[in-house]
Amino acid sequence: METIQSPESPKLTSKDLVTDQEVRWCPGCGDYSILKQVQTVVPELDIPRENLVFISGIGCSSRFPYYMETYGMHSIHGRATAIASGLKGARPDLSVWIISGDGDSLSIGGNHFIHLLRRNFNVNLLMFNNEIYGLTKGQYSPTSEEGKVTKSTPMGSVDHPFNPIALALGSEGSFIARSMDRDPVHLKDMLRRANAHIGTSFVEIYQNCNVFNDGTFEIFTEKSNKKESTIYVENGKPLVFGQNADKGIKLDGFTPVIVNLTEGHSANDLWIHDEKDLVKAGILSRFFERPAEGSGHLPRPFGVFYENNRSCYEVGLNQQVEEAIAKKGKGNLDALLSGRETWEIK
Amino acid sequence: MEQNNQVIDNVIIKFAGDSGDGMQLTGTQFTNTAALFGNDLSTFPDFPAEIRAPQGTIPGVSGYQLHFGSVSIFTPGDECDVLVAMNAAALKANIRFLKKGGTIIANSDGFDHKNLRLANYADGANPILDGSLEGFRLVTIDVTKMTRAALAESGLGIKEIDRAKNMFVLGFLYWMYNRDMSATEKFLKEKFGKKPDIYDANLKVLRSGYNFGETSETAATRYTVNPAPMPAGVYRNIMGNQATAMGLIAASQKSGLDMFLGSYPITPATDILHELAKYKNFGVRTYQAEDEIAAICSAIGASFGGKLAVTTSSGPGIALKTEAMGLALMLELPLVIINVQRGGPSTGLPTKTEQSDLFQAIYGRNGEAPIPVIAARSAADCFETVFEACRLALEFMTPVIFLSDGYIANGSEPWRFPKADQLKEIEVNFTTENNNDGKYLPYKRDEKLSRPWAIPGTKGLEHRIGGLEKQHETGNISYDPENHEFMVKMRAAKVAKIADFVPNQTFDNGAEKGKLLILGWGSTYGPIKGAVIEARKKGYDVSHAQIRHLFPFPKNLGGIIKNFDQVLIPEMNSGQLLSIIRDKFLVDAIGLNKIKGMPFATGEILNKIEELLK
Ligand SMILES: Cc1ncc(C[n+]2csc(CCOP(=O)(O)OP(=O)(O)O)c2C)c(N)n1
Ligand code: SF4
Ligand SMILES: [Mg+2]
Repeated sequence: METIQSPESPKLTSKDLVTDQEVRWCPGCGDYSILKQVQTVVPELDIPRENLVFISGIGCSSRFPYYMETYGMHSIHGRATAIASGLKGARPDLSVWIISGDGDSLSIGGNHFIHLLRRNFNVNLLMFNNEIYGLTKGQYSPTSEEGKVTKSTPMGSVDHPFNPIALALGSEGSFIARSMDRDPVHLKDMLRRANAHIGTSFVEIYQNCNVFNDGTFEIFTEKSNKKESTIYVENGKPLVFGQNADKGIKLDGFTPVIVNLTEGHSANDLWIHDEKDLVKAGILSRFFERPAEGSGHLPRPFGVFYENNRSCYEVGLNQQVEEAIAKKGKGNLDALLSGRETWEIK
Repeated sequence: MEQNNQVIDNVIIKFAGDSGDGMQLTGTQFTNTAALFGNDLSTFPDFPAEIRAPQGTIPGVSGYQLHFGSVSIFTPGDECDVLVAMNAAALKANIRFLKKGGTIIANSDGFDHKNLRLANYADGANPILDGSLEGFRLVTIDVTKMTRAALAESGLGIKEIDRAKNMFVLGFLYWMYNRDMSATEKFLKEKFGKKPDIYDANLKVLRSGYNFGETSETAATRYTVNPAPMPAGVYRNIMGNQATAMGLIAASQKSGLDMFLGSYPITPATDILHELAKYKNFGVRTYQAEDEIAAICSAIGASFGGKLAVTTSSGPGIALKTEAMGLALMLELPLVIINVQRGGPSTGLPTKTEQSDLFQAIYGRNGEAPIPVIAARSAADCFETVFEACRLALEFMTPVIFLSDGYIANGSEPWRFPKADQLKEIEVNFTTENNNDGKYLPYKRDEKLSRPWAIPGTKGLEHRIGGLEKQHETGNISYDPENHEFMVKMRAAKVAKIADFVPNQTFDNGAEKGKLLILGWGSTYGPIKGAVIEARKKGYDVSHAQIRHLFPFPKNLGGIIKNFDQVLIPEMNSGQLLSIIRDKFLVDAIGLNKIKGMPFATGEILNKIEELLK
């Protein structure tokens, strides 16, 4: 979403975005950090508070709007995307943020999710991915790994998970990024980028559910292994990672390979990240092996995978209204009611 | 030759042919001509469910029934006087709806070996030759041959020539009923003006059909149907779905709110979407969503944003919208939900009519979820009724369900349309001032029990709403048991209160007290009206009231019902209003039920009246 400037309103502070409602997430839940980063970034965006709308579905994550002192709607499971589409279509002037969970967006709301990205409404979609159904107390979700043991899968899940980034790419998403609750600096950066993008900005946020899925993302978040298992991609920069920034990724045809920068490979040989390159974004999205699958696997990317600019649905929708008015004049109700053929009875 | 000219007061014609034969167009052209001439009329198209059912077969038959007269017309008619059968299947499918002694105009070319076989006639049988149609007046014309002859010099291919066949039939009927053809000639000009050869061909065939009547000896009788005595005013012809679209636009103009329609195509509601999509210059935004859930949800989003929000569908789609309807009710946002009912359950009978979603409308949600329900009684009445639905939604901050059905959605009738300035303004006041010393109270109620509408963009009134139970006035999430009971009752009271603001139930015909009251709702209006007029002519003590406001009922309804010895409720379902009336007013009302995907025949209702009052 782009920034909506309003020079005359006084600067917002994070405090102005806090509501009088007690935050009810479990202590230690990753949602707290995400709320904090959003409340920190939003005031920087120069959007009048009354023009901000947070719309959520159902889930732990979806309680979010109650904690934001803006306009908000806590709707029904999976439908926040559809409601936000209507709101943005009707009110392009608003800054619309969708808050959703992995179950909310990818399971019950999967249909609306793909169509939102395809239509490219200029909204931000923050998907809190904890790879679990939190609110319903711990069933596997469409992002849980195969074999996951939960209350509904005591013998392990036989379900294959979605790769949300690949799904977003396949849905014609125009801005696709990944971040995590444990990296406030990066998360804030992604939120700023999401806001700046005109079109649907999808940010997948890894979020720890310390009650039902504690530590799922530990391998990406804990100091000890973070550097080996993650890669932070930046536009125009080579793909480098590793404890001492000693590893790089190179493309061998369409196949990414890890090279050791201490053994003769230089950064010049590496894959340079290009956010506009859809094909490469597709390859990057497939860096998705589970961390448990041993060393030597590709690191998990964080950052903006892909961004392009294309027209937004609400712009076309409203342009057609203006065009119709320009061409036919503002509708005349009497002419409409009488139609083309009438007769009079005296 | 010398022909007699007979004056009659009403005629029912059924145009029937293969779906490719252009019978809908033939029917609508004849209808427009009759309307412009000043006849009262009512029409009912009857299409096959499949777009292209196998040619020549019974499932492929498309029909259009027109009832017009110099007297008041209330229904498309029970049995027809004239059956146009373009092929054997059309005859076979419709002969049972033709009156004894009625006229059949048969296209003999449609009764060849192949067509007879496709229509499942026994080997060797051919109804137009074998005398099996004795008792009817049979007029056989080889329409195909005549059309080809008329266009022999046109240079058009056979396929294009044959496509003009329906014009021959139309021309012939215009001759038969002494009609001026200029409206159809004008229509052809507009439709085919850019393709002069096609235009010429259609015009030529139309005129040959007319001239054929003049010169041939087949039909010895011509008929005159004089204009009907209708209330003075300017009229147009209108179909129900069209009237619904216009009513919505009118409400949008009269409320000063742009309209947002979220919809997903479904028969027989789709035409409302089609219609509204044409009127963007009225500020209408139509959004074809990915499914019905998204359709209603997008409308809820638009309503939150301050628009006149509408969603249109039919039974199966309404079922999908159910959860979101509950949300709209909890949010207390205005929303008009349109159900153009069709035969159910499940996919049911998409192209046929039924009134079987009344329970769904009134009761079909989880929790105690009262939503006002109102129903249109005729094609033209869709306009006023949907306008009323918008008024209730906006003035009471509530979703409202508007019920129509396939019969009136596609049927048409003359409409004495209003002037824009005769329509009442719909009052909408967005809240811009805080209603409290402390924080704004989104659920603080006014004397109607309605809540304020503060839309995003309004400074200082930022607030959150949602589907979880909310605290009285603040709208904050609340699990307090007392508060929940209070809120459930509050939402019920709010909807019940609407009854204070809707007109009292009136009678369509008959005294306010008596032996028998016929209580109807929705599209049974026409057949009931016709039957009650007939019955009263015969001296029966019977009255008729048609309910528009089904939930809540008008306040005086209970009193009215108690003034009659008997109450009869005809419905195109197994007795849904019947059971609600019995439940609510503890009266031993009687049902008359038809579940055949077809409207009532006036005669069916008349028989029941006679049975009850004998
Ligand atoms: C129609 C419907 N079905 C099921 C539920 C129950 N339900 C609520 S939240 C949820 C899953 C939540 O998972 P997710 O979206 O990942 O959110 P999280 O709680 O993990 O943040 C389910 C199944 C519901 N509220 N509504
Ligand atoms: S259940 Fe999990 S996701 Fe939900 S609040 Fe608790 S920790 Fe957070
Ligand atoms: Mg989850």
